[in-house]
Amino acid sequence: MKDVLKGKLVRLSAVDHAELGKAYAVWNQDSELTRLMDARMVSLRSAKSISDFFEKENKELSPVEHPFTIRALDDNRLLGDIGLYVIGDWMPRDAFVGIAIADRNDWGKGYGTDAMKTILCYAFTELNLRRVTLTVFEYNPRAIRSYERSGFQHEGRSRGALFRDGKRWDMLYMGILRDDWMELKQ
Amino acid sequence: MLDIQTQLFDAQDVRFGPIDHETHPEIESKWTHDAEFMRLMELKPVRPLSPAMVKKQYESIEKDMDESKNLFYFTIRTKEDDRLIGKAVVEWVDWTNGNGFLRLGIGAAEDRRKGYGSQALSMLLRYAFGELNLYRVTAVVPAYNEGAVRLFQKFGFMEEIRRRKALNRDGEIWDLVSFGLLNSEWREQVRA
Amino acid sequence: MKDIYRGSLVRLCDESPEVLAKAFLKWDRDTEQHRLADSDPAQLWSEKKLKEFIEKHAEKKSQSFRFSIRTLADDKLIGGVGLWVASWTHADTWLGISIGDRDYWGKGYGTDAMRLAVQYAFIELNLRRVSLGLHAYNERALKTYQKVGFKLEGRMRGEGLRDGVRYDSLWMGILREEWLALAYAEETK
Repeated sequence: MKDVLKGKLVRLSAVDHAELGKAYAVWNQDSELTRLMDARMVSLRSAKSISDFFEKENKELSPVEHPFTIRALDDNRLLGDIGLYVIGDWMPRDAFVGIAIADRNDWGKGYGTDAMKTILCYAFTELNLRRVTLTVFEYNPRAIRSYERSGFQHEGRSRGALFRDGKRWDMLYMGILRDDWMELKQ
Repeated sequence: MLDIQTQLFDAQDVRFGPIDHETHPEIESKWTHDAEFMRLMELKPVRPLSPAMVKKQYESIEKDMDESKNLFYFTIRTKEDDRLIGKAVVEWVDWTNGNGFLRLGIGAAEDRRKGYGSQALSMLLRYAFGELNLYRVTAVVPAYNEGAVRLFQKFGFMEEIRRRKALNRDGEIWDLVSFGLLNSEWREQVRA
Repeated sequence: MKDIYRGSLVRLCDESPEVLAKAFLKWDRDTEQHRLADSDPAQLWSEKKLKEFIEKHAEKKSQSFRFSIRTLADDKLIGGVGLWVASWTHADTWLGISIGDRDYWGKGYGTDAMRLAVQYAFIELNLRRVSLGLHAYNERALKTYQKVGFKLEGRMRGEGLRDGVRYDSLWMGILREEWLALAYAEETK
């Protein structure tokens, strides 16, 4: 049976709070990254404060939360994180996906797309969901293009949901259905 | 005649041992990152665990063993270098009715097909029947786990229940099979 | 959207821990009922302890769905039925039912409540199959479950021991596609 955690360039691995806390403390220094991902005001926190936060958040392994770190297959380097968050206590068989490839030197190399491909396979053949949803900021065209390539379709927008640099920006909603994904695989 | 000389926890190449909280979390963490193994071992969605999370699970297992008194968890180690290679469990023991469930797995692919599983199952059965005095044991196995199906059949387990299309994995639907062995049947085999 | 809690003889509902504790106190005295429904040793709990147990289990659990059963005719509380989702990802649930009041055995009340619970599993929880187990000596239950559409999937030899007699347990399951075929057949009658 397929190793559903393995992609072609990356693999999905465990979240270790101490390691991820340290990594985020460094990544957060790049405000371009954080402003692309975080709808709240970006700030700088210590590695300890971040890992304490992760530890508290993930105290119990919740069956509706499936967070992973993304590691390069060739040298096991920590590239970022990705996670699925099941909606509505499982009943609608839908989950939000969130992804971050943290170091700008790793952008545009296919890591994000490969991680997304891997987690969609996990979503549809291990969690057996019917659809996966995501939100993306209007001013993140690189991500929007990547999601379109992965098979996500535009489903709507929350107008003016973000407020940054003195302007209102839309939050875009995209989704992929299991049926769409099965067709793409062909 | 009661034989107390034959060791319960020693087989030819492997032995049962307790959890080692210092060295085992790292090894088990690796197994949880191998989705092929985890899909054979667990019905729950595969979830890679950090050594810290494995350590927490070990603590919870020992707490459960202590409080519920119906869980018996063993690590399987090679005798040669005391290396952790798997786990063997008797769980959900129903004392009034004398039944329990068995589960075992060898974590790394290179440690399989060496007879370790058979040796471990042999010890586990002696423990369940000779020390816990169960009337019967059950093993629940996904139909796609051909290795486990063959192992239990080799030990004389009978297929008792086939829960049709109970599993959905890897884009396919599979049956979930329940195997059972009675104490009397095991005793017959051992005598032979 | 139809009212999925309402059957032809019974309705599924929720009860306060006080009401349930009083009902369990009464039903616990009937050990024939207990031995049909349960494999744990029969026990006599105080009303206080029963209430605590019920309150503890009433806390919202994302995997268990328990209902009380009341008659439509005179709103009498006669038993309970529950679904315990074994796995959301495999979409399979366990079902357990007990009609505590023996005056309501063999009259179709259990069948009606089962049908409602199975319907809930398929059209509200969106599951693929429902599983259950029963003692082999519970012939009435076997007939009821077969009437509702469950198919026999196996027998666990000697799973229980009572009064020095070893008995088997039977295991049954119904798939979504089997249920759909039945439901449509029912509606077109």
